[in-house]
Amino acid sequence: MADQMENAAPADRMEDAAPILQLDHVSKRFGGLLAVDDVSFNVAKGEVFALIGPNGAGKTTLFNCITGIFSPTEGRLVFEGRDVAGHKPHDVAELGIARTFQNIRLFGYMSALDNVRVGQHVRMRAKLWDALLKTPKERREELRVTERARELLDFVGIGRHGDSYARNLAYGQQRRLEIARALATEPRLLLLDEPAAGFTPQEKVELMQLVEKILGQGITVFLIEHDMKVVMGASRRIAVLDHGEKIAEGTPDEIRNNRKVIEAYLGKSA
Amino acid sequence: MIRLRNVTRDRNQLVYLILIVGVLLFPVLAGFVSPGDSGNYLLGQAADAGVYVLLAIGLNVVVGFAGLLDLGYAAFFAIGAYTYALLASGQLNSSPLHHAIHLPFWILLFVAVIVAATAGVILGAPTLRLRGDYLAIVTLGFGEIVPKLFLNLSQWTSGVNGVSALDYPSLPIWIEGPWVGSSLSIVRGFSFAFNSMAYYWLMAILVLIVVILVSNLQRSRLGRAWGAVREDELAADAMGINTVTTKLLAFSIGAATSGFAGVFYGSKLSLVSPENFSFVVSVTILVMVVLGGMGNIPGVIVGALAIYYVLFNVLTNLPANAKGIANAVGLGFLNRPAAGGWPGLEQEVQRLNFLIFGLILISIMLLRPQGLLPSRVRKEELEKGVAE
Ligand SMILES: Nc1ncnc2c1ncn2[C@@H]1O[C@H](COP(=O)(O)OP(=O)(O)O)[C@@H](O)[C@H]1O
Ligand SMILES: [Mg+2]
Repeated sequence: MADQMENAAPADRMEDAAPILQLDHVSKRFGGLLAVDDVSFNVAKGEVFALIGPNGAGKTTLFNCITGIFSPTEGRLVFEGRDVAGHKPHDVAELGIARTFQNIRLFGYMSALDNVRVGQHVRMRAKLWDALLKTPKERREELRVTERARELLDFVGIGRHGDSYARNLAYGQQRRLEIARALATEPRLLLLDEPAAGFTPQEKVELMQLVEKILGQGITVFLIEHDMKVVMGASRRIAVLDHGEKIAEGTPDEIRNNRKVIEAYLGKSA
Repeated sequence: MIRLRNVTRDRNQLVYLILIVGVLLFPVLAGFVSPGDSGNYLLGQAADAGVYVLLAIGLNVVVGFAGLLDLGYAAFFAIGAYTYALLASGQLNSSPLHHAIHLPFWILLFVAVIVAATAGVILGAPTLRLRGDYLAIVTLGFGEIVPKLFLNLSQWTSGVNGVSALDYPSLPIWIEGPWVGSSLSIVRGFSFAFNSMAYYWLMAILVLIVVILVSNLQRSRLGRAWGAVREDELAADAMGINTVTTKLLAFSIGAATSGFAGVFYGSKLSLVSPENFSFVVSVTILVMVVLGGMGNIPGVIVGALAIYYVLFNVLTNLPANAKGIANAVGLGFLNRPAAGGWPGLEQEVQRLNFLIFGLILISIMLLRPQGLLPSRVRKEELEKGVAE
């Protein structure tokens, strides 16, 4: 598997490929705590990029900065050539970055189908008047969106659960639903925050297959993962965060053999 | 799950059917019940109840759909009513303007909708960034300020006396027939003045229009966005929903409905005064929404009708009825004032009216905490809430 990947897209070439996201000396301070400390790296178009690091390293905070939930204290976050630092979350979503949350944040009392349709909101065109009067244009859009939502539920493998409340789905199905909802915003960059947390090894394998499928749709995947094994298999390149600082970046092989990483990460959790 | 959804939907359709049949039959029944005035009093009451139905549907958009607590909703009702009062009466003749304005009712319906919606935006824009509990307090303040404003702008509004002699709606032509107890004829320049039947049908049509429009919204991208904001604002934002605009739309659509109701209210009563829009009105509407079934339009309609009936029929007639019953069952002595300070049963019941109202509310909420006809969501929420 590793060989195959190297043939398809050699890692060193990947780094030079057109970046979809550039982090340029990004810092985020919470009072006295520097949660993200001068971090720079690029995510290339069409790769699976992984961010790893021990708990509290600042990974989620970095995602929150990228998606506009926090404004970075310093630095630039360039998505497709545009600095999105300080943008509103909904503007970032409209520009083409979607995300999932480490602690699942679905709309619990809405159906799975409606959760996905909410994701499509930003790509819909019906105006207030269209909705009030149920114009033919609005009806057509609703039909199209519903059909697409069903496709997305099928795509992530929970097609049979469209009518269930999101909160009534099994844990793994909820994680998949969150991915479907994010895909519904038609992103070009998808951020997954520990998508396999709490999964069995078998479920992890299935999830990584889904990630490959998403990649196949031309969507760049940037994920945070705790499980080193999962990351090593699925990602082309990896950055390692510890105490807010980037301590390493490279191919899975390079990361595996990096002394700093072993000390900071493997040493602690092993 | 699929079954649950269908059950809710079927039940709603049944309720709509019953409501439609009820609205069609009510004029006939009213004529039977009080043939003396061909049921005019009852028809008038039904039209007044319709005002509360409109208000409850509008507040439901804010509270039930978008999950925003608005404690000053009557302010928008006042704004709608005063818009009509000032622009469809002789009032402005005695104002600094010195010129009366008499715009037609039909145009003012739209004007009031726009004025109230604008007021909603003006109040909402700075406040909807606030967290829920702060928003409730700001709207509470707004609800207190607006009637005071109309009270104190007495140059324009005649202050505490209110604006009276408002124009009645009129139609260029109207066809009369056996259904209003006369022979078939065409009336030119037909006026609604003192014609409860005309108001009754006008209200039925207004409610129908509002129900259709609001149901359409509920089943649109905007309706889903409201749900998302209600459930998890941060996640909604991250999924591309502009939460401030979404909440603002809920607020101004709720306000617009209230303004709509205000125009009807002013034209029917032909009198608008500040005391008609107190905090109690806001609370009554909120009670109708919560008790009927937050988020479910037919539930909210039933809630509004039920509370209206209790407030303006059961409770107003209760003192006299209590007296009658006491006499009939041989407890007539209760009706006489007694030495120990007993004022007589009728007086006593009169005094306790609101206590009784409170007890009725509490018992309904204990028996059906999810409301009379809950939305699927509320129902599930409460059941899960108990289970967890
Ligand atoms: N909103 C916040 N306010 C203050 N501190 C925060 C906030 N969010 C995260 N932190 C702190 O920032 C650090 C990094 O957290 P986080 O990004 O969640 O780590 P990770 O996702 O790598 O486990 C932690 O020490 C955490 O307590
Ligand atoms: Mg985290």
